[in-house]
Amino acid sequence: MNLLEKLDAAAAARKAQLPEGLAAFGIPIDESYSATEARIGERRVLMLGTNNYLGLSFSSECREAAHKAIDREGTGTTGSRMANGNYYGHRALERELAEFYHCRECIVFTTGYQANLGTISGLAGVGDVVLIDGDAHASIYDGCILSGADVIRFRHNDVVDLEKRLRRLGDRSRNTLIVIEGIYSMLGDQAPLAEIVKLKNVYQSTLLLDEAHSLGVLGETGQGLVEKARMIDEVDFITGTFSKSLCGIGGFCVSNHPQLNQLRYISHPYIFTASPSPATIASTRAALKLLRDGYSLREQLWRNAHQLYSCLKETGYCLGPEPGPIVAVLLDSPKQALTLWNGLMAHDIYVNLVLPPAAPEGKSLVRCSINAAHTAEQIGRVCETFSKLYPAVTQ
Amino acid sequence: MSKITQTQITGLLCQRLACFTDVEAEISPETNLITHLAIDSVKLLNLIMEIEDQFDISVPLNALVDVLTVQDLANLIYKIKSSS
Repeated sequence: MNLLEKLDAAAAARKAQLPEGLAAFGIPIDESYSATEARIGERRVLMLGTNNYLGLSFSSECREAAHKAIDREGTGTTGSRMANGNYYGHRALERELAEFYHCRECIVFTTGYQANLGTISGLAGVGDVVLIDGDAHASIYDGCILSGADVIRFRHNDVVDLEKRLRRLGDRSRNTLIVIEGIYSMLGDQAPLAEIVKLKNVYQSTLLLDEAHSLGVLGETGQGLVEKARMIDEVDFITGTFSKSLCGIGGFCVSNHPQLNQLRYISHPYIFTASPSPATIASTRAALKLLRDGYSLREQLWRNAHQLYSCLKETGYCLGPEPGPIVAVLLDSPKQALTLWNGLMAHDIYVNLVLPPAAPEGKSLVRCSINAAHTAEQIGRVCETFSKLYPAVTQ
Repeated sequence: MSKITQTQITGLLCQRLACFTDVEAEISPETNLITHLAIDSVKLLNLIMEIEDQFDISVPLNALVDVLTVQDLANLIYKIKSSS
């Protein structure tokens, strides 16, 4: 089988497995009206599948900052941070993120994916070990592959399992990078950070916390799980993305270790790519201020999350382990998940569909994402629709 | 389990794999994990965690790139177990 035939075989297998579900992936969004509504084909749809947790995608401050940056600096930097693409805005955003986390160093990357790729592959190398949670994001897996380090998984959020694996490593635990996430993207649950910090101290390992889904969502000023758990001095490296609560695109790593700065010279995902555009940096800087001062937005977000979680639970749906902005409905089969997804779309509600093997434990997921801009009426409409569809989904 | 042989590891693996696949097939050392048993990437990673616990070893995921058959996996486990 040649290269193209292999792709044809994969496409045929996908079509055979998901004849009705293909429309759910990569659905064309024809027009975006607000943080909560969009047009898909002829339908005006309630968006319950974005990562726009604080609802800032249409904020006037961010849009104005982006417009001004385009007028002042053009549409793109056309170069790497290590060459002609290292603008004032990139350096200013790094200072502001370092200040936000009370950290000494910050590096801004072009995407959140590259932040994990560049940080993990810069920190660990051949002969080192990276210990990752079983539900880790693909960017973490890919960073591990790029690093050349030995990669070992521990059972999702299982501290006893993590300790067992650290113990087996013996002296190698000192050259081990443990990678966890603040909020896990599939089930929406949070890492047991305090217990993991204890272990990393006992075994003298290094800890990287990815706050991609928890930035803006957890903690009084929105730093993420690190703030909620009061562990800022205990976590060695924090990565995050601009593409969720900050409504842009890009990523970062902050740390109190001065060695982070060395990654600028060795990390290919930092060096061999163009830097973020001036508009992206400007809107992210504006969004970071709104996020930091957005206590009331976080309160609204959590009210919305609790409303949806409790209503779906009362209806009888099996949900992820704890309430949060990601409300994952767990279903036993792809057929059930497709029935629910199609039913929601027929009622003009968009959610994300996750099928095996992408979903944990062989389950299928209908994954809802709440944001601060959703109204109680919108959430009420979603609850009512889920309730109507329950008999068809569970029959 | 200090002096386990390669044959014993292969036998244990064949038993364990039967619980990890929906395919009803006789499992032998030559059985291909993906094409014969339809074990997807996630199932394989979960299987590795169980193997690590059963043999009290660390099996780096990057060491799995050359593993196609039950025998390949048994060889890898034996190599790691022998050097630990």
